[in-house]
Amino acid sequence: MAQLSSTLLYIAFVLYLVATFFFGGAIRDKKAKSGPDRWAMIGIAVTIAGFVAQLGYFVTRWIAAGHAPVSNLFEFTTFFGMMLVGAFIVIYFIYKTSLLGLFTLPIAILVIAYASMFPREISPLIPALQSDWLHIHVTTAAAGEAILAVSFAAGLIYLICVVDQSKASKRTFWLEVILFCLISTLGFVAATTAFRLADYEAKFEWIDKNNQQTEMVYHMPALVGPHEGKLKTEGRMEPLVDMPAIINARKLNTVIWSLFAGAILYGLLRLVLRKRIAAALQPLVKNINLDLVDEISYRSVAIGFPVFTLGALVFAMIWAQIAWTRFWGWDPKEVWALITWLFYAAFLHLRLSKGWHGERSAWLAVIGFAIIMFNLVAVNLVIAGLHSYAGS
Amino acid sequence: MEHVKCECGHVNPIGTVLCESCGKPFEENAPALLDMRYEGSARRSQTYNKTIIDKVWNFFSSVKVGVWLIVITLIASAIGTIYPQEMYIPPTVTPAEYYEEQYGWLGKWYYQLGFHDLYGSWWYMLLIALIGVSLVICSLDRVVPLYRALKKQGVTRNEQFLRRQRLFSSSHVDNYEALLPQIKEKLAKHRYHIREENGNILAEKGRFSRWGPYVNHIGLIIFLIGAMLRFVPGMYVDEVFWIREGETKEIPGTNGKYFLKNEKFIFQVYEKEKEKKVFQEAIDRVGSGMMAKNYQTNAVLYERVGPIIPGEKPKLKKVKSFSIRVNEPLKHDHYALYQVDFKLNELSKMSFHLIDKQTNKQFGTITVDLLQPKDEYDLGNGYRVQLLSYFPDFYFDEEGNPATKSKVPNNPAFVFKMITPDRPDGEVSFTAIRQTIEPLGDNKYKMAFAGMETRNVSALTVRRDFTLWILGLGGAIFMIGLIQGMYWNHRRIWIQRINGEVLVAAHTNKNWFGLKKELAKICEGTPLVMPVDQADKGR
Ligand code: HEM
Repeated sequence: MAQLSSTLLYIAFVLYLVATFFFGGAIRDKKAKSGPDRWAMIGIAVTIAGFVAQLGYFVTRWIAAGHAPVSNLFEFTTFFGMMLVGAFIVIYFIYKTSLLGLFTLPIAILVIAYASMFPREISPLIPALQSDWLHIHVTTAAAGEAILAVSFAAGLIYLICVVDQSKASKRTFWLEVILFCLISTLGFVAATTAFRLADYEAKFEWIDKNNQQTEMVYHMPALVGPHEGKLKTEGRMEPLVDMPAIINARKLNTVIWSLFAGAILYGLLRLVLRKRIAAALQPLVKNINLDLVDEISYRSVAIGFPVFTLGALVFAMIWAQIAWTRFWGWDPKEVWALITWLFYAAFLHLRLSKGWHGERSAWLAVIGFAIIMFNLVAVNLVIAGLHSYAGS
Repeated sequence: MEHVKCECGHVNPIGTVLCESCGKPFEENAPALLDMRYEGSARRSQTYNKTIIDKVWNFFSSVKVGVWLIVITLIASAIGTIYPQEMYIPPTVTPAEYYEEQYGWLGKWYYQLGFHDLYGSWWYMLLIALIGVSLVICSLDRVVPLYRALKKQGVTRNEQFLRRQRLFSSSHVDNYEALLPQIKEKLAKHRYHIREENGNILAEKGRFSRWGPYVNHIGLIIFLIGAMLRFVPGMYVDEVFWIREGETKEIPGTNGKYFLKNEKFIFQVYEKEKEKKVFQEAIDRVGSGMMAKNYQTNAVLYERVGPIIPGEKPKLKKVKSFSIRVNEPLKHDHYALYQVDFKLNELSKMSFHLIDKQTNKQFGTITVDLLQPKDEYDLGNGYRVQLLSYFPDFYFDEEGNPATKSKVPNNPAFVFKMITPDRPDGEVSFTAIRQTIEPLGDNKYKMAFAGMETRNVSALTVRRDFTLWILGLGGAIFMIGLIQGMYWNHRRIWIQRINGEVLVAAHTNKNWFGLKKELAKICEGTPLVMPVDQADKGR
């Protein structure tokens, strides 16, 4: 069962990739002739097939484990990717824009690839997680975040379309930053996979912040080493600098490698394209109806905000009351859910009352997604709290 | 002059932008597309600006101020997550030292600026309170005029009002009277409420969604009030207590009404051999026996019968037995008991043999209950042991004297006096774990360690929270308002014949795409021209 489950996830992943190409084809096709769009039809069909496969992964894994697979970083992030595809499918049937597929699916693919870099084995539940509320809270929260993420995809399309690429400006700079971040996720996946294939392992002895001597195993060459670290494995790279004890050097090292790999990928792309990435993408989106994209972005926030509130705040509070004796404890993860919520509340007010439509609203959608990702990635890995999954 | 009279005859409050009834714009140079926010009604904040009250009112009714408050709260909250809050640092350290030690000068600043207890700080509370005030004033400022405007709206509209809607078209229709029933039927099929006046139509649906924001704001305010009630004494009990296996204890916070017996505390871990095969890999990675599976206190809840008489043992009546586990608190009479912590194998009893050091001959065994030690243990035949001093959690203080850190028997030490027929004055010996000191010279006899018993201790939290239902109510109202405002929209379509032309105009508060699709279906197969989006013209 567990084996079947992994295979299904793999199939889903490949299908999403294929669907992306079809949506890409749909864009080119539109320029040539009008009429019912074959490419887009195939694209959405393949997407749905992929979604069904991933649903299969979810169900079989649930059966194998005896609990819903949303209990660690890998499972939660994969589920988020699945919800993102689900949200896209729904929105696609409302608005019928293939372009949205061309942007949403790669994000979902990145999310799933990122997820699979974390320990993937099926794990039993620690006492705090043994509750039906785990399933209810986590699934609705992820669904809400995924719907909100669609607004990011739409916002990105909007920005790529309207930001003037003829001269360098703050706007072109930040747009490249967004794209660089996406590419760095790919960098993370590439670097992790490469060193994993090479079976890289370097053991360090180091002094932690309580002055205890402990061990730490790196799976990537150490650019930054742990506090007073001594390399124990022979023939491995010595770190360039040591970190103070409060910083988790291994995680920082991974981040550096990811950015490094991302920079190489980004540099190569720039070399090949000979212009900004956003400028290279611009022709793809130039036929889009901007108002429609703006509305999709707003609609996804309007739909996603209540779902997010329900999952990430209401259900979270109910569960916290049962599991941790209090409905709210100012744990970092909780606080960041509150921040996300406040942010989107501000977004809605600005839009409604201050008339922040179009480009401003698109930038806000990007920031909102950044906050969600921060909560998903950084708060889990960096700011440890009650919620931090036992990821490495 | 308190009122403005429109040419249609309707009398509007002063400050009105669009006539409540016919929608005629009052401003001389109104924009090409009308601003339909709040239906152009007269809001207090836009109308009065004289007294201090006006100024305060205007300040808080501004959405700009509201958004700023939200953004400041958001940023402050984020800062609070940089380093752990005071409640998450180890309880044994002083915060002042902890932050500097752990995080250097940044940590020191963090502490000195009060970020270590940000969410309990007065200014954070003030921010939340200001948001609350802003919510109330802002909503009041808008909801009344909006209600008036929607209630009073007329069917027949001013031509300017129609032409300046975002969705608008004009068509030539030869036989309007014949067309009307067909259109009305179509509108009804899309579940519009239709009002007709002289052949003019106002079709409207989803008006209730306009109240969504106000409903959700009310929910938020109720929630905030509930959160504030927490500070009212008596609304809220939150206590932790430790209870040993076999012990019966009064539950703190219940005013002596309830007692709990800890029958057994169970701690289980995941062991590789015992779990499903799919879990093997995961258990291997963390290590077999390293991952917690269950924390459980098998408890019996008792209620006191009769009045409280000081110094007398309470009479107890069993209420129920329950296994308290994480995620499964014991609930009774608004109280909830939660499993929160535990300590395994706390020493409970220690036994010693009284022996002759030379011959190792035994003269009997004593067992000391470490929580309630006796002063003297009689072994018979003239052998007695007196317990002169007892240090449950023994250490040497600064002057080198034995002392105890706490009452918990973590590291017990005893001063025994051994009285035997041949040493009637007794010999004194200081006995601790793995050490014996004979302060008054060499002894003949010795207390030799003979064994010990341990038991588990469980920590439970007691909660009673009378604010929960208010919070629940606020949350539910908030969700209802949110869904009401977000998943429905308020759509209106006006159809009117003016000078032989048929004008169609439409407005919605959100989801224009949906409205356009609906209009297209309604206009299809009729001589009506599909309204165009006049907002597109500008581009
Ligand atoms: C965190 C707190 C708040 C939340 C979660 C919240 C939520 C909402 C939501 C969901 C809407 C509907 C938006 C839409 O339909 O697009 C709304 C509308 C509105 N909110 Fe808030 N709000 C909050 C605080 C405030 C504050 C502090 C003010 C006052 C300045 C305010 C004033 C308004 C106004 C004027 C509207 C528009 C009502 C209308 O046009 O019908 N809100 N709010």
